[in-house]
Amino acid sequence: MSDTRTRAPRRGLSRPTVLAAAIVAIVAALALPASGLGVQGTSNQACQLSVFSWWTGGGEAAGLDRLIKIWNRQNPDCKFKNETVAGGAGTNAKAVLAQRLAAGNPPDSFQGHAGAELRDYIKAGQVLPVDFIYRQAGFAKVMPKSLLSQIRYNGRIYSVPVNIHRANVLWFNPRTLRSNGIAVPKTWGQFVAALRKADDAGLTPLAMGEQWTAKHLLETVMIGTLGPKGWAALWRPGSANRWSAKNVTAALNRYNQVLGFTNSDAGSLTWQEAGKLVADGKAAFNIMGDWQDGYFSGTKKGGNLALKPGSGYGWTAVPGTANVYDWLSDSFTLPKGAPHRAAAVKWLTFLGSRVAQDTFNPVKGSIPARKDANTRLYGPYLKTALKDWKADALAGSLTHGVVASNAWNADIDTALGLFLQSKNVSRFQAALVAAAKKNAK
Amino acid sequence: MRKIRRWGPGLLLVSPSILLVAVFVYGLIGWNIKVSLSDWRQAEETSGFDTSAYKELFPSGVGETGEYVSGVATGEQSDTLSTDPAWIIDLHHALLFTVAFVLGALIIGASLAFLLDKGVKGEGMFRAIYLFPMAVSFIAAGVVWRWLMNPAPGDRATGFNLLFDKLGLGFLRNDWYLGQDWGAAALALPAMWALSGYIMALYLAGFRGVPEELREAARMDGASEWRVYRHVVFPHLRPVTLSALIILGHISIKVFDLIVAIGGKQLITQTPAVYMWILIYDARDYAKGAAIATLLLVGISVLIVPYLIYTVRSERRV
Repeated sequence: MSDTRTRAPRRGLSRPTVLAAAIVAIVAALALPASGLGVQGTSNQACQLSVFSWWTGGGEAAGLDRLIKIWNRQNPDCKFKNETVAGGAGTNAKAVLAQRLAAGNPPDSFQGHAGAELRDYIKAGQVLPVDFIYRQAGFAKVMPKSLLSQIRYNGRIYSVPVNIHRANVLWFNPRTLRSNGIAVPKTWGQFVAALRKADDAGLTPLAMGEQWTAKHLLETVMIGTLGPKGWAALWRPGSANRWSAKNVTAALNRYNQVLGFTNSDAGSLTWQEAGKLVADGKAAFNIMGDWQDGYFSGTKKGGNLALKPGSGYGWTAVPGTANVYDWLSDSFTLPKGAPHRAAAVKWLTFLGSRVAQDTFNPVKGSIPARKDANTRLYGPYLKTALKDWKADALAGSLTHGVVASNAWNADIDTALGLFLQSKNVSRFQAALVAAAKKNAK
Repeated sequence: MRKIRRWGPGLLLVSPSILLVAVFVYGLIGWNIKVSLSDWRQAEETSGFDTSAYKELFPSGVGETGEYVSGVATGEQSDTLSTDPAWIIDLHHALLFTVAFVLGALIIGASLAFLLDKGVKGEGMFRAIYLFPMAVSFIAAGVVWRWLMNPAPGDRATGFNLLFDKLGLGFLRNDWYLGQDWGAAALALPAMWALSGYIMALYLAGFRGVPEELREAARMDGASEWRVYRHVVFPHLRPVTLSALIILGHISIKVFDLIVAIGGKQLITQTPAVYMWILIYDARDYAKGAAIATLLLVGISVLIVPYLIYTVRSERRV
């Protein structure tokens, strides 16, 4: 504006006319985006595969990038559109996804933990079965039978697992254990003795983080006490009376005992911070999923600790779960009304292939769901995991969405949160029974 | 016709705004209430009328041991609806948080204003310093305060606990927001820090609004400085205090980002707004999430509506 001091000359327009014109302009501006949307919906766009995930950092993002490169090379006419939302374990992503699905605007494929966590989408009719992909690509022959039976819902499979993580791993620092004369425990009795010894030595015996890591610890202790069969029975329809059984009481008592060896500031630590206590020699043990391996051995540049597997940190199965693989898996789905269904089917077929799984997993720090992985591509920890995956009995993870729906998980969270404060085992068990009554159907 | 020409354009001008507010504020409030009274308690959408969500949010009785009878906490029969124990904890946290935050911010704000009112060199600078925290978002403040209020034991201590140790005040060390009884009050500290400067500004304006002649007159009558404040200045500040209460109170009821930044999703730091989020996006209990949203709205209305009535009345008097 060069001339702000002098008033604009009147052009003979009355004030109401100007106002009316302004209103017309505002209404038009409001109406425009709506009509714009209509045009976009009907236009015939070039094929684009939109994939929704929460893989935005670290090994998972790097692994996804490699998959995208292969996809784009093989499908030059249908490029990959990476739709990610940041946030650990998908906490924010799931909220965004729920809004998109509710609005009838699904991506071509989205990430979800394999198992019961997908049930909400299935029941709402938001994802479609993908058994035909398993048949066409022969996945059933190369993935463990028990895995397929655990991700089946009403006889059908709704997603393709890309990777497998193990939840029941006990992490320790070999140097700390050696200098304090603590042996690596195999049985529950040995574990408690080792925790006592660490406590006497002035160490934090068992490092734990915020509330979800307490649930993670609970599930490994319960699987160790009940065994994989007893564990699986807890999650079947009408299982409430199993929750009130004596062996559950025993498991909860063990859990209470082991909680007594954890750090008082658990609620203020992330899982990495809890693991770092072990790496730094301040804590003797930590129970966490095998993503801890990625944190311990990954590069400093990527925010990890760059420790040497075997000497900088060691691992074994959580005492009592030696031949059990407490598994969880990231999988991808075929949403109802996916804009590019053919491409989505192709994507899911690709994800289940050996090439894709062996490309993604060594970078992400997990193992393929397939049994025919190329072992040479994997690091020291993952090599042991690959071996166990073929031999062990499988138990689905609670904390990571395999065995219980989101609603059941939320009720267990409340019961656990109360227990962490009251340490009252019988009330905890009663609350778990009530949660099962409400949700096991 | 002439009448329409007089108010017509004005009405046309504000009508888009009225329309938008009607749809996106009141329309959505109505829809939220409808959802809260539906049986949409699972992933599948249903539309039946159901008040079970509200029933779970109202204390249904106190057990013999003095504890709230509740399905999930005590394993009572599941077919009788009973109070959700997480909600009881949320209410406890919200109450403690509100009392600590509102009283703390009011007292600190009023004291700062009082001191500045007595005349300090560089008042403008102090004003700016105390006001600055309000410019920091709750989420950012939460991240910093999470570190300051670190409850780590022994030699891992940082933040305040380390400071206390260094100053030889080790007995002041505590668990901050992880404390079972007073944790919610610790969560209120960052909110107090952020808003007491703003409350100070409100009070300072209030102090300055008291005519100097009135103070002079009181002094002439031989009133001590304290009595000048007690009988002349403070009565003038009642509207300011009321505004401050409303502003702090509604922030307190809605508090979400600060809690998530410090405590994440854990029962020990959970407030109603956080539980609402968990219910809708994790448990997909849409009716109960909407019921909590409705109760929060009612809580805020209880604060705001009397204030609005008061304001309208006093304006009419003028």
